[in-house]
Amino acid sequence: MSLEVSDLDVHYGRTRALRRVSLSVAPGQTLGVIGETGSGKSTLARAVVGLVRPSAGRITVDGEEVTRYRARQWRALRRRGVVQYVFQDPLRSLDPDVTVEDSIVEPLLIQGRPRREAADRARRLAARVHLDEELLSRLPGELSGGQRQRVTVARALVTDPRVVILDEPVSALDAANRVRALELLKQLRDAGTALVFISHDLGSVAGVADRIAVLYQGGIVEEGPARTVVNAPRHPYARLLVGSAPTLRSAAADRAQREELRELLQNIGGPA
Amino acid sequence: MALLSLRDVRIHDGVGGRDLVHGVSFELSPGKVVGIVGESGSGKTLTCRAVLGILPEHFRVSGGGIELDGRDVATLTRKEWTALRGGTVGAVFQDPASYLNPSLRVGPQIAEVVRVKKGLGRRDARRRAVELLGAVRLRDPERVYQRYPHELSGGMLQRVLIAAAIAADPRVLIADEATTALDVTVQAEILDLLADLRERTGLALVVVSHDLAVVAQLCDEVLVLRAGETVEQGPVERILYEPRHEYTRLLIDQHERYGLDRFRELDHVA
Ligand SMILES: Nc1ncnc2c1ncn2[C@@H]1O[C@H](COP(=O)(O)OP(=O)(O)OP(=O)(O)O)[C@@H](O)[C@H]1O
Ligand SMILES: Nc1ncnc2c1ncn2[C@@H]1O[C@H](COP(=O)(O)OP(=O)(O)OP(=O)(O)O)[C@@H](O)[C@H]1O
Ligand SMILES: [Mg+2]
Ligand SMILES: [Mg+2]
Repeated sequence: MSLEVSDLDVHYGRTRALRRVSLSVAPGQTLGVIGETGSGKSTLARAVVGLVRPSAGRITVDGEEVTRYRARQWRALRRRGVVQYVFQDPLRSLDPDVTVEDSIVEPLLIQGRPRREAADRARRLAARVHLDEELLSRLPGELSGGQRQRVTVARALVTDPRVVILDEPVSALDAANRVRALELLKQLRDAGTALVFISHDLGSVAGVADRIAVLYQGGIVEEGPARTVVNAPRHPYARLLVGSAPTLRSAAADRAQREELRELLQNIGGPA
Repeated sequence: MALLSLRDVRIHDGVGGRDLVHGVSFELSPGKVVGIVGESGSGKTLTCRAVLGILPEHFRVSGGGIELDGRDVATLTRKEWTALRGGTVGAVFQDPASYLNPSLRVGPQIAEVVRVKKGLGRRDARRRAVELLGAVRLRDPERVYQRYPHELSGGMLQRVLIAAAIAADPRVLIADEATTALDVTVQAEILDLLADLRERTGLALVVVSHDLAVVAQLCDEVLVLRAGETVEQGPVERILYEPRHEYTRLLIDQHERYGLDRFRELDHVA
């Protein structure tokens, strides 16, 4: 397994943001994570890359148990470029004073690769996410929302990581750019990378993930093959979620149907 | 009469020395919704910022005109702008975090809008702010009121911004990718809320979205932008279900490639 999480708990102060979350992703596999806003998806991502400390449970990344890693060890792991993370908010993850090109090159320089080679690689990756040459010398603040998002994706993939956690990596992309980004992720997966793909866009998740986990109030309430979760969700929250997705051809559940499912949810309460 | 009208608006980048938006036009009357869709980087956000008079430095409207509530915005003084923002026109932008003060709790930031724009006293402003947080379906609004921006999830922040944008009861709301960080059930509830406001108060909306299904559900009219040009414009049914321009067709086609319908259907066949 490239990534294994077992019985993970995360607290913010006294608030329990994740409760006994377990999941695993093998090399060449993609796990889709969907769920309510505020259910702990980004918290899960941050825990896996060492940005928040779990209060219980275990995390193994690429064969190494990292749960009790110290900051120095995390830095060393990141330096190797083995695990990469795409933040939900591109503006928060990109240094406002660093040009697009330098942002994408940086992970390679940290690995100690020669500047020339790194710059070549960065340019190739930028082209694959359709970032124009002329954008490379700009600062993040001088880009559109979708251009910034593509920069963060290129930056995360430039080191050929073994494990990538992507938190809403296509939310700001138009359809054509989204297809391009998703195809790139599939190629990466087929080359053996383990991916965790967090998204509110159920079509994207259904299209790239092998399995899907549904997070609700900090716990996984359903997990299974992507097709099954999308076509025959069992848990009431999963049913509400899949049923609320509007599509171009079919109307989503109407207000009355949604209220009915909400009520059902209230009766059964959150995850144990 | 139109609440907002754009007539052949062009936006010029003074540093790059060229126009980035080459002629966008539409009219918005009370209770109506105009959608803007199109390529990333095509000028959707710049167009919205022009309407609010907050183009980035070195950018300016170089042609055409924008009228807000019957007034040519080019003639507005800074003071007049301040009066119009919030009350006449409100906005929710991409990157919610950058529009909130990171060192202040989110609730008081909304209460401040209510206090200044609606002239409520401190206590009433606070009560109204909590009410607004509830209206955007935040669970436990009292608790959210006390949070700092970094303590909220992406979708919670986005809803705080929606609450702030509707706090002063604007007549036009600009929603630039305003529901992308929400799960589809909360998104559905926010769309219901906006529909209620349209009906009840005549709120008019400009909706920028990559999600064509949301556009289909919400909008009366749609503009399709590519590289700063309007390639097609018309009633939503016509544009989305009988597109004429090649780019619109491509957009819809690509949208369907990862549309949920597709994965639902495949399973029926199997
Ligand atoms: N730094 C923090 N301090 C305190 N609470 C936090 C912090 N970060 C997140 N939270 C809380 O933890 C919960 C989970 O947040 P998280 O960002 O993981 O949700 P999410 O599933 O990613 O939501 P979204 O889909 O909206 O991005 C939320 O209730 C949030 O308010
Ligand atoms: N501050 C800035 N300085 C320089 N160029 C900018 C600036 N802001 C935007 N641009 C450029 O203007 C063009 C239009 O940007 P805009 O943000 O309007 O795009 P958009 O249609 O909203 O795209 P997206 O869907 O990705 O958000 C883009 O090519 C962008 O790179
Ligand atoms: Mg999140
Ligand atoms: Mg934009």
